[in-house]
This record gives sequence, C-alpha cells and structure tokens, in this order.
Amino acid sequence: MAKPAPLDLRRRYDVVVVGGGPAGLGAAVGARDAGAEHVLVVDREPEAGGILQQCIHHGFGLHHFKEELTGPEYAQRFLAQVTERGVDVLTDAYVLDVDRDRRVALLSQDHALAPVDAGAVVLAMGARERTREAVRIPGSRPAGVMTAGFAQKLVNVAGYLPGKRVAILGSGDIGLIMARRLILEGVEVVGVFELMPHANGLSRNVVQCLHDFDVPLHLSTTVVRVHGRDRVDRITVAPVDEALRPVLSRAWDVACDTLLVSIGLIPDNELARHLGVRLDPVTTGPVVDSTMQTSRDGVFACGNTVHIHDLVDMVSQESYLAGSAAGGFVTGRHTPADNVRLTPGANVRYTVPTTISTDREHTVYLRVQKPMTDCVLRLGDVHAKPLRYVVPAEMVTLKVRPRFLEAFHGGTLTVSVETREPASTKGAAA
Amino acid sequence: MRYDVAIVGAGVIGCAIARELSRSLATVALIERDVEVGLGTSKANSGIIHGGHRAHDGTLKAATEWRGNQLWGELAKELPFGFERVGDLTVAFDEADLAVLHETLEQGRRRGVTGLELWDAERLRREEPNLSHEAIAALHAPSAGVVNPYEACFALAESAVRNGVDLKLEHAVEGIDRDGDGFVVRTSRGDVAARFVVNAAGLFGDAVARMAGASAPTIRARKGEEYLLDKRLAGYVGRVVFPTPSGESKGILLIPTYDGTLMVGPTAHWTADHGADTTDLDTTAAGAAEVFAGARRLAPGIAEADCIAEFAGLRAVADGEDFVIGATEVAGFLNVIGIQSPGLTAAPAIAQDVVALLAAQGLELEPDDAFVPGLEAPVRAAQLDFEELARVARGDPAFGRIACRCERVTEGEVRAAIARGARTMDGVKFRTRAGMGRCQGGFCAWRVMSLIAEATDTPIPAVTKKGGGSWIARVRTDAAERSDAPDAPDGTREVAHG
Amino acid sequence: MSPDHEHEHDTAHYLCIGCPLGCRLEVDAVDGEVVEVRGNSCKRGKEFAVQEYTDPRRFVTTTVRVEAGRWPRLPVKTAASVPKDRVADVARALHELTVAAPVAMGDVVLADVLGTGVDVVATRDLPRAA
Repeated sequence: MAKPAPLDLRRRYDVVVVGGGPAGLGAAVGARDAGAEHVLVVDREPEAGGILQQCIHHGFGLHHFKEELTGPEYAQRFLAQVTERGVDVLTDAYVLDVDRDRRVALLSQDHALAPVDAGAVVLAMGARERTREAVRIPGSRPAGVMTAGFAQKLVNVAGYLPGKRVAILGSGDIGLIMARRLILEGVEVVGVFELMPHANGLSRNVVQCLHDFDVPLHLSTTVVRVHGRDRVDRITVAPVDEALRPVLSRAWDVACDTLLVSIGLIPDNELARHLGVRLDPVTTGPVVDSTMQTSRDGVFACGNTVHIHDLVDMVSQESYLAGSAAGGFVTGRHTPADNVRLTPGANVRYTVPTTISTDREHTVYLRVQKPMTDCVLRLGDVHAKPLRYVVPAEMVTLKVRPRFLEAFHGGTLTVSVETREPASTKGAAA
Repeated sequence: MRYDVAIVGAGVIGCAIARELSRSLATVALIERDVEVGLGTSKANSGIIHGGHRAHDGTLKAATEWRGNQLWGELAKELPFGFERVGDLTVAFDEADLAVLHETLEQGRRRGVTGLELWDAERLRREEPNLSHEAIAALHAPSAGVVNPYEACFALAESAVRNGVDLKLEHAVEGIDRDGDGFVVRTSRGDVAARFVVNAAGLFGDAVARMAGASAPTIRARKGEEYLLDKRLAGYVGRVVFPTPSGESKGILLIPTYDGTLMVGPTAHWTADHGADTTDLDTTAAGAAEVFAGARRLAPGIAEADCIAEFAGLRAVADGEDFVIGATEVAGFLNVIGIQSPGLTAAPAIAQDVVALLAAQGLELEPDDAFVPGLEAPVRAAQLDFEELARVARGDPAFGRIACRCERVTEGEVRAAIARGARTMDGVKFRTRAGMGRCQGGFCAWRVMSLIAEATDTPIPAVTKKGGGSWIARVRTDAAERSDAPDAPDGTREVAHG
Repeated sequence: MSPDHEHEHDTAHYLCIGCPLGCRLEVDAVDGEVVEVRGNSCKRGKEFAVQEYTDPRRFVTTTVRVEAGRWPRLPVKTAASVPKDRVADVARALHELTVAAPVAMGDVVLADVLGTGVDVVATRDLPRAA
C-alpha cells in the first residue's frame, strides 16, 4: 500500500480540535452536527483514537453504543463517524500555540509549520499518568519503574514485555487491567499495593483481573523504597496508618524487576496553561462554562484535559456538547449566557461546568471526596436526588432541568452530598 | 599505537583535560567504562559555577575556583551548552552569619573576584521578594552562574573527539602496567598503550592509582540528594541562594537551573557503606525532609508537593577534603582525584594545570593548527520561534514531529543527539530534555527507544536507560521461543512460566 | 438441623462487580444448585452470584502477531465469553497465532478456539505497512 497522500490542509477551519482521542473525535462529530462546515482534528500520534488504541480490553461503550466494546472498537466506530462527516484528521502533528485571533500554529512533518485560522478551537488533549516522581518514592532510580500506561503501550502496541516479575503500585483500573494482561502474557505479577483501605478501580476489575488469577491485593500498603542499580531488583513495601503514613517497622521486601505505577491521571494541560486560560486548582484543567467554553472566547475544552473521567462514554457525551457549542459559536447560534454559579459544598471536590443557565437542561459532573452510602445529592435547596452510594472513584452526574430553577432568583447554588436523614424525620418535616 | 596520553575517566574533568590536550598535536585516548561520557558525578550535581569567593584560602580549590569561573565564560562562547551568570546570594540570618559574610567578602576581594556586594535586608527583599523575611543581609556574587553540567561534559567530549582524541567507551580499566617509559592500560576491551596516564577516575580514583602502583588518598563517596520542582515555580528566585555556610557543607541551596526549573538540595552525607564503589544513589525520606526544611528556611513558600523529580549524586571526596592534583611517585602517572565541589567550576582551570604538569614531565605540546574550538549548536525546537522552526522542519521533516510533548522536543533533535553520541535513554534525555518534563517519559519513552534502536541498529531489548543492565523492555515469551528473536541482554530468552 | 450426608453442601464467596459498592456475596449451594445468596443489595448482585457459581465465564482480549501490518500486533477478542477456566489456555493458544495484514475489524482470526464454540475476532482494522 502506498503511503497516503498528505492531507490537503485548508488555511481556515471553522473548528480546530486539538487531540484525536475520544474527546477530540466526539467534539469533531458534535461540531459538524452543529453546522460547522470545515472541521480539523490534530493528533500527535501516527493514528487517531488516542489511548483507546492501546486499551484492548472490554468494557467500553455500554452507555454510548449500548453494547460492550473494546477500546480499539470504540475508537474505530468514532473514527468512522468522523470520516463520514468529512472531518479532516491530521496525524503526527502538534499544536504549538493558539493566538488571540485563534490562529493555530501547527507543526507537522508534511506541513512544517502551518498557520491555520480557526473560528473556534476545542482543547481535547486528554490526560497523563501520575508518575513515581509525583508520589516521591525514595530509593534508587533504575530502569523498570514505569507507569502502567507505558507498560500497556509496550505490550499491546509494540509487542514487548516490561519485565519478568512485576509489582504494581496503585489499584487504579489501568494497573488492574495490566495485571491480567501481563499474566496472560506469561509474566509473574507479585502483587498490587494500594495506599487506601479500598481498591481504586472498579470491583469488576478487582475480580476479573486479580481474584481470577490469585494476585494479592495489599490494601493500606505502599511502596517505600525502590532498590537496584541498573534495573529494579526489589521494592520495600509497608503498611500505612490511619494518616496514610508508612509504618516502617512493619515493612517487608518484595523481589521484582518491574514496578508499574498506576496512581491516577491528571489533565494534560500544557497547551491550556500556555494559552493562559483559567485553570481550576482542583481539577488542574480549564474552568469551563455550561457550553464547555474556557475563559477565552471561542476556545472550548472537553474530556480528560478538563477533568478525569472513569468512562469513555461520558467523555463522548461531554465532548459532543463541547463540539456542538464550538460549532454553534462559529455559525452564530445564540446561546444565552450562564447566570448561575455552582460552588462545591459538603463532600464535593469540584463540578464541571462551574456555571449553568436557567433556560436549558444541563448535565453537571462532579466528584466526591469520600465514600458515602444512602446519601442525597443537593443542588442548593432547589433539588435533591437520593443516591444509594457515592465513591470518589466514580464520577456522579446530575441532570439539572429548567423546572428546578423556576423559582430560583439567586446567583449561586451549592452542590453537596449529604447523608440522608432517616425517613421518619423527613416525613415529620413534610 | 602508543598514545602520548591516556586519560582514565570521561567525566567533566577527564573531558576537559582531553579537550585542552586536543589543542596540541599530542595523541590522546580518553577511556571510559560507561556507554557514554559524563554519566556519573558529572551528570548528578547542582550545576553551579561558583562565584570564586568561597573556597578556603590555601587550598587547591581556591587556586582553581576563580580561574575556572572565568574560563567557563570562554568555553560557553565556543561550545554549545547551557550557561548563564545568574549570580548567587549567601544569606545571613543573624549577626554571626553576617560576620562570616564579611570574611567571605574580603576573601573574595583578595582573590580578585569582581562585583561582590553586601546587600541589606531591604535590597534583598527588593531583588528576591520570595526569600525569607527573616534574612538580615546577603552577599551577592554576580560572577556565579548555572550550567547544564551534562551538556557541558558532552560538548567538551565532542569537541575533543573532533580535534583528534580517541574516545574509548565501555572500556573498563582492569589494570595499569609499566611498559618501558610508559604504560599499558588493560581494559575490558583490550590494551591501551600510552606514555602518560592521567587518573581522572572520580570515585574510582584511588583504585586506579593502586593499579599503577601509585599512592593516593582514600576516596570516599559523599552523597547529595537533589529535588526538582514543578515549572510552575520557574523564576521564583533569580539567583542561586546559599545559606551562610557552617563547616564543610555549603548547606541546602535554591538553584534556578539553566533550564528554568527550580532545584533544591543537596544533602551531604557519607553513603551507607562509605565506599567509593558504592551503589548507593538512593534518595531517602530523611534526605527529602532535610532538603525541604533547608529550602523553606531560605524561601518559606517552597513545598514538597511541587517536587516533580529527584536524584542523588556522589561526590568523590579525598581525605583532607581538598583536590588532589599532580604527579605521583610513578613517573608519568598523574592523579586528578578528589574533585568534589567546586570541581565543576574548577574543571577548565584544572585541565590547564594538568596540561602544564604533563609538559613539565616532558610531554611535547606542539599546537595543532587545525584545532577547531567551536561546535555547532544542536537545534532546540522549544527555543525557536515559529518561523525558525518552520524553516528547520521544511529542511528535515523529523523536526516537524514532536517526540516529547512536555518539553517540546522534536524527533529531529533526538536523532541528532544519537548522531552525536547518545546511546541510552538518559543520554538522549540529558542532551535533548526528552523525558525530563512532567510526564517523566511516559509518552515519549517508546518513541525515543524506537529511534535509538533504529539509528544504532540495536534490538529494542538492548536499548537501556543508562547502559549496563538497565534494559527497559524484553522480548515476548512467544517471540523468545522463535529462533529469529533477538537476544535480550539480560538473557530473557529463557521462557517465563505462566 | 442434622448433618445431611446424602447431599453435597457448598458455600462460596464473591465480590460483586455490579457497581462500586462491591458487596461481599455468599452463595449456598446444594448439589451444585444455588439455594441462597446473601450479602447482595440488589437483584443484579444475586444474578451475578448465581452465574459465578454455576457457570463463570469471561471474555478474553489479547493481541496476536501480524505480518506486514502497519503495527506489529493486532488486538483481538473472543466474540463471546468462554468458561473462566479456559481463559489462560485461550490466551496461550493465541500466542502461537500469526495473521497477515490487511485485517478488518470483526474478521475471524481463529474459529472455535479450543473447541469452545467461540470465535476470536479482530477488534480493529489493520492495514498493510506503507
């Protein structure tokens, strides 16, 4: 097969989407559907699809496609939608800057440095993994300490193995998925070590990736030292006390040649920072309004670059909205400005968006600080939604309907999650 | 052939000596056990070019520090490496400190150090508003600077090689035998004959001297832990900041590195086993606590939460604490050992002194008219404006592909680094900054590995982080069973059970 | 109740995968038939426990070697779940497999893997190398 001809890049696009992962693809589809004629997706990898291409496991798409798909299948379906809509996808390319007039400085091998004028820009750069450095594990600095996602790329895309005897720090889903993946490839997984008293990943992954293969999960335990000069030869682990401090007197050594680090994701916001859009200190992603617009006019953001999602389906939903708003922005569709500010209250870390409008329906995403059962999600005193449980690992969504706000005349609503009062009290109050 | 000079050790000292010798027609072999130059102490230090006023009178340190400081300015004009005279401050918190600052000021002036100035609290606050308001005064030395020490080392080595020095990598020295009026250096990859041997073996300096039958003070390893903070804090201080020293240690410093990252450290403690052959490059919880407590004393706003990377380096410390430079009882064998702080600063002066010592022992130094002092600077995409970058990318599309997004390093830069001698992930990282940013290589590591493998015709499992057994990936179990599979250096062809 | 020697009693424990509550499920069975599920807090939990006890099944996802493809590995999955105790065997069987590019998503790369009646299919298109 001949190398595909370089994309015939236009000088002007209605919408330029930065990032070709699930968020970027969803935004591109949304933008076209909202009437944007020329849409460009820029991706830094040789092919679009983002991290989905290396997530070969099952569990995607139940909400969006109503069937369970693997990551590559989910990506390919979205790529097909993008292609059908005539969206230009430029791979192996990188957005260096977006100036005040939304002129996008684009670096790519086929186009050197092309300036592209954009009617609107959608930031969809995704996330990066927290590293060993982020949690500051003392010890030596040998080869063999790597993020779970890097190991996933090595195994699933490149076709190599990260080591022979692997320990995993953190029980996030990527780490759990990699435990199973490595075992199926003949690698020994000696254990998963989790700082918190509960697993961070889905219980489905605890069962199917650890229990199924008798991989021990050490809760309330962390890695306190890495050993080995050239390559990891062992790690020291220790239980932690209630304040999450390691109890070194009870530490023990675990022989391994690899330490996978799976301790969470953070928004990849280098470009957002560079553009100077306002960032949320909690999510570290851009602050967005109810149309996913950042503090800069015509610059929208969606997906993990805004806040970390657990389900790609939610990313698709949010990104479609962002793309649709970006499309509306260039086609001159008028959307009433937000008139209500949301502030995180009890047991709520953050909300996305941070503002809403009383004239239309919104989906508000939020994350809690601590687990609770039999609780109620409150939107000021205008709406209360009972919830069986909340956990920090699972994003909570709240549909805000205009009728909730009919009688609301304030400017700010506090979003909180509280323990439900016993039914009898409630009855008495009513 | 027999070389005029064999230098053992390609750290910054060995490289500086080799490059100084390459100005002449003398033939030189630079012998290094590692896969690249400068992977030891020269890579893991504070990267400070000291002002020249601090070393105690009467020491070799004092005799070379200020001269070295001045020579770095010359070198930076000729060779491409990051260097900037940002100045330094020694901060006093009480009257006793202030008395020390006065002494240091006088000492510096006697030595000819220019620009030294005592700042009062008000001036200090104006110049460095983020420093502790408890500080009562500071000594400002505008001559001090920061350097990317690994870049300097790479550039010195590359310049030396361009001018005729034979660089012998992965040649571990195993013995040094007398041979007529010269020596045969026995290495893991064969013998190297030379009229003179210069021992610049760093932590192994005493062991190498013993091989030649020369005496040398014991070399011990004093470890320094350093902590790099998030780019968010770039510009938090504009100068290198020292506390007023007490004893041998210079204390915990704030170092605005040449690349704009704020670094704090170093600790100064003997390694656990006290030996120079130690493998102890561990950072420790105690070390971090000490560093951040020390840093917060200087600038209370610094928090451990901003740490994005940490490392430890080993100082080669000779008994008596001073440098050991000069002839030994074995004619033709010179020691250049115990080069701890301010060794980086002193390196170019030490190199000149060693060349003079060799001349005194009979080495002929006929100038090489073909000597080329300069080297072309590598492209740094992150420092180019768009038009310049576009021009480079049009010339070579590899400069149109970003390899490392955190530090915005192009594939072209990675390829160029490999062409200039990088063989390992660390070698690429320290030449290009690929993998040094927030994601610490999570995204770019595979691309960089692939580029090294392709450019050096090496199978992926043989690509290492820093040479030796620091492999990163191994072949799949099923691939290992196939006959055409490349061997992994660690022998991973054995079938893993599972 | 007196000990019952005629019938085989069994108790099994599972962690429910239905939602993040992660209920600890306890299953009582007699002669392989589930008679009681405890610890669940919803219907799905009970269904899961019964399924896990009587016929635990899993999807297998892995990669196979590709010749002349744009990438060296092709991601694949079992088109339906296979018995849990065959998962490792299925993965191993796929180690031996090499397919030739181009491949289309959904292509069967191995039919009826290990006689399970389940096909292994490609989960993406993989064109030939440029």
